[in-house]
Parts: sequence; structure tokens; C-alpha cells
Amino acid sequence: MNIVVCIKQVPDTKSVHFDIERGTLVREGIEATINPFDLHALEAGLQIRDVCGGEVIALSMGPPQAEDALREALSLGADRGILLSDRAFAGADTLATTYTLARAIDRLGPVDLVLCGRQAIDGDTAQVGPGLATRLGIPCVTSVSTLEVLDDRKTMHLRRVCEEGYDLIEVEIPALLTVMASLNTPRLPSLKGKIRARKAEIPVWGVQELGAEPGRVGLMGSPTQVVSTSVPKFEARREMLEGSPEGQVEALVARLKEAGVL
Amino acid sequence: MAQVNYFLTEEQQMIVDLARQIAIEKIIPVRAELDREERFPAEIMKDLAQADLFGLYIPEEYGGLAKGCFENCLAVEQLAYGCIAVTTTFAASALGGYPILLFGSDEQKARYLPDIASGRRLVAFGLTEANAGSDAARIQTTAVEDGDYWVINGTKQWITSGGEAEIYTIIAMTDKKKGPRGATAFIVEKGDPGFGFGKKERKMGLMASSTRELLFNDCRIPKWRMLGNRGQGFILAMKTLDLARPGIGAIGVGLAQAALDEAVKYARQRIQFDQPIISFQAIQHMLADMATKIEAARALVYSVARTIDAGARDFAKLSAMAKVFATDTAMQVTTDAVQILGGYGYMKDYPVEKMMRDAKVLQIYEGTNQIMRNIIGKALNKEYAKR
Repeated sequence: MNIVVCIKQVPDTKSVHFDIERGTLVREGIEATINPFDLHALEAGLQIRDVCGGEVIALSMGPPQAEDALREALSLGADRGILLSDRAFAGADTLATTYTLARAIDRLGPVDLVLCGRQAIDGDTAQVGPGLATRLGIPCVTSVSTLEVLDDRKTMHLRRVCEEGYDLIEVEIPALLTVMASLNTPRLPSLKGKIRARKAEIPVWGVQELGAEPGRVGLMGSPTQVVSTSVPKFEARREMLEGSPEGQVEALVARLKEAGVL
Repeated sequence: MAQVNYFLTEEQQMIVDLARQIAIEKIIPVRAELDREERFPAEIMKDLAQADLFGLYIPEEYGGLAKGCFENCLAVEQLAYGCIAVTTTFAASALGGYPILLFGSDEQKARYLPDIASGRRLVAFGLTEANAGSDAARIQTTAVEDGDYWVINGTKQWITSGGEAEIYTIIAMTDKKKGPRGATAFIVEKGDPGFGFGKKERKMGLMASSTRELLFNDCRIPKWRMLGNRGQGFILAMKTLDLARPGIGAIGVGLAQAALDEAVKYARQRIQFDQPIISFQAIQHMLADMATKIEAARALVYSVARTIDAGARDFAKLSAMAKVFATDTAMQVTTDAVQILGGYGYMKDYPVEKMMRDAKVLQIYEGTNQIMRNIIGKALNKEYAKR
């Protein structure tokens, strides 16, 4: 089975912080990492490959340093990595991103399965998976929490998490899935994988290689414009209510009404 | 602030990073539970296998990474930062594997090393007996030829990974009257007829490591399982231990570093007499001695391991120095860490009491630190006789 796993390099949540004045993420000097959900997508791809054969291709669109994320994917067991990087790709919203990713997947030839994380932890849109499936013209199942490939190696039984439970879904490849963290536990890198990843060549595809229309990538191809970003202010106050339980409940309800919560 | 530069290659740094990642993500979160329940860390062994660490010292043709004693030290130091019971289980597989690597025939290597390198099968080393500890030449387990078989009888004691390992390299007497020259090494597999395990020992520390007896009751193994030449068993055991001892030193360094980290962290936030206790010189001087000894131990262990990898011969003295200094350091540093944490240090809610209980075994196993000093002393006598 030929599997493409889309991965995004995001700032490490352990060290990221906001510039309150400018309303932006401080990215300088912050370590980047693979979007955590994407690690679960990669693990799912590796597990399917280990059983069904084929190859796992890690695909990432981003600045040149996103190559590090692809090397990490290789150290975990991906067979190869492809970086989509071009100045023209900068400022892409999810519409332009899915266009660019779809061009790359078309260029890779027949692909059986595309795996994405449920959402990226920086943008949090959860739109790229479904948008990409639409462009590729293949079925999309989001928020997958369990996955079983049947013996025909074409049919999959999936559990999709919903607000009040889950759906059981049968889907045939080719398909695109976005996965939940509960699907699996990502493996550790291996030493051989790390050594291989260090030496691996990672091709970089830009507008030209993809044969992309310049007006459909990056800022030019993005109808979404971020007007401003602000960091909400959190104010923590503490008040201890005393007295009889009944009195405390009354006082609490009054406070909540006052605050507009009730 | 600057750290000592040990001039690691990119690959050596990868080994450090990976082993550290495993210690932090896989070992530290479960170490207290493994200790409390005396549970064998089977899951972590799978993680170490997946990470290729079991193959570090094994040649590439058998699926390993063809690294040396130094890389092994780098890996176990980081794992020991997490838990030395887990690390001992990992390191015991190398102790059992070295004899096959050093003395095995091509057929034996081809048969066993790939499984050892991949971590599919754990190995254990069986030398110690009830009456043969420091005086290893007193072993009483016997192996007698019987047609195409060897028949083994006797009991090995305190064998790390006993019952859990699949492959055992053991030493038995084949010619009792020849003394140490009458010992021979054999490979025994779990499931061989007449081979069984005694009860699980109850220990002071090192709880997650399985320590059991090996019972041989007319155990019949095919002739080809003899390892090395007949009568070479004692030399094989000593060469194996010489090669493994820097690793024990490295385990001591990793454990001591973990204890120091806990002690400094605590001393910075514990307020007594209106100030953090690290502001008291009494505490500062203890921490300073701990940190200095750890760095000295690390430098010694690394230097000895690199000397071995550079092809040194007759390095028993150096191995013994690395083991004795680093493990005495671990004992002292973990004891002082408990002291700095005071009453909290004595409680199981904090990790340093386990570290102190665990540290003691480092001064005992793979040759007591008294035997280490014997080795160093004898070597000095020999060296100076030549001058």
C-alpha cells in the first residue's frame, strides 16, 4: 500500500509563548517539532506498511527548516520524505495549502492512503485533511480513533469519534483519514533510522516542480486574511465562601448570576 | 555555562539523545511502580529493541551497529539516569552476549547474535554460585561429556534476567582437578531438558530486575553448544567482565547524575530559616563534592572505554578503576542526596531513596569493589616489577 502522511512542523508547545504587545507567537529561538497529531498519523501509516508492504512517504509544506521534521519522520521509519518549499508558498491558508499538497500527491502517482493528523496545534483549523480529500476526489474520514485493515487490504473498518459517541465506518482505499491521538502510541526513533535519516536526500519541490498556478499558492491563493491576533487576558481571582452549605450555594448562585455565567 | 566537552561524534550524540529520550519518556514515568511491584520491564525492553540499542556492540553482519565499549557506556549512562534496575536488565544481555561475540564459532555467532542484536531474545550470564562469588574459581556446577551431548548438573545463583532471558552463557567445571583451567563455557537455552529456574530472589533494591537461580538437573545440551575451547571458561569469564565493567561504571555515573539533579532541584526550592537551603554552605559543599566526583567519574569511565576501543590489551586494571571509582561515587552521591532531601529523601514519595537502595548493588555485582582493588593492586605490583 502506498501511503502519504502529511506532517506539519509546529512550534514546540513546551517552549512557545506569545508576544502580548504584537499579538503574535514568538517563533525565534523556539524549537520546532512535528505536530503531535501527525505523529499518530505517521504511526498508523508505519503499522499498515509493516503489515501490508508498500511505502510510507512523509510530505510537508513549510520553510526550509521543515526538513528537520521530515528527517524525524524518516528516523521513525518513513521510507522517504518530500519537502514542499518555495517563497511563493508563504502565507498560505488552508485553501492554498490543500491545493499545493494535492499537486504534490498527484505528482507522486497512484496513492492508496493519505493520512493526516486531526488538526495542527498551531492553526487548529482541522480543514487541511477534508480539503485535501476533496481536491483528490477521494473519501475522507475524520477523527479516526480505531483502524483495522481487512484481509483484502482494500477495505478498512474505522471508528470515527463524534460529539456523543462514535460512528463505525467502512471505507475502501483510496481514502484520506485524519486521526486522533487515541489511535495509537507513536514509536520511538531507532538508531538505524536516525543514521539513515541523517544521510537521506530530501527532495524539495517548489512551484515549478509541482507545475502549480502561481495565483493559487501562498498568500496569492489565500482568500483568508488574518486581520489581527490578540492574546486573551486571563484574570484569576479567588474568593472563599463561608457559612452553612445552603448559604454557600445561595452566595455562589448569586455570584454566578452577577458575572453573567447563569 | 560550559560543560565538559567529551568530543562526541554526531552518531555518539544520537545514541545519547535516544537513550535519554527513552529514560525520560519510558522509564522515569514507571520506575516507582516497577520498583514497588518488583515487575520485570518487558515493555521497556521492547522499546530498547525497537530503538536498536541491543545491537550496539554487535557487528553489522549480524544486524548490529558495530559500536564499541564507549558507545555502550554512553547508552547505559543515560538509561541509568532513569532506573538502574531497567538498565541492568539491558546491560545483562550484553554481559551474556559478549562471550558469544568474543569466543563463539561462526556458526554460534550466526545462530545467536542476530536475535540478540534485534532484542528478540534476551541473554543472561551465569557464573556466580552459592559458594563461588568473589572466588569464582570455586564453582561446583559440572558438565560431563556423554556421546553427542554435555550433561550439566548444579545451581547458579543470583542470575540477572534468570527466567526472563532465552539464552544463557554459563560456566561449568569440565575437569575439576585442573582448578580454574578446568572450567568451560556453554550456551544453554530456555526449554533445554533438565534446565529450570529457582525462586525469584527478594532484594534490597534493583527490584525491576529479575534475579533467580538457574537449576541444572541432568541438563542435556548438544556438543556444539560448548563456547570457546574446553578449559577456557575462566579466561572467557574474566575477559567478558573486563569488557563489561566500564559499563557498570557508566551506570554509576548516570545514577549519580540523577541523584545530583534531584538534590540540587530540591535544595533550590526548600525553604528553611527563611531561605532556600542551597544558600547554606553546608549544603553547597556537599553538592559541590557530588558534582565534582561525578564529572571525574564520567571522565575516567569515558577515557577507559575509549582506550579499550582503541585496541588496548590487558586492560583489567583500567576497567576495574572505572568500575570502582564510578560506583563508589554513585553510592556516596545517592546517600548524600537522601541526606539533602532530609526526611523527604527517606520517603518513597521522592525518587532518591530508591536511588540509594539501588546504588549499593553497583559496589557488589560484576566483581565487588574489594575485588576491583585487588585487580588494581596486583596489576601495580606486576607493572612495578618490570621497572
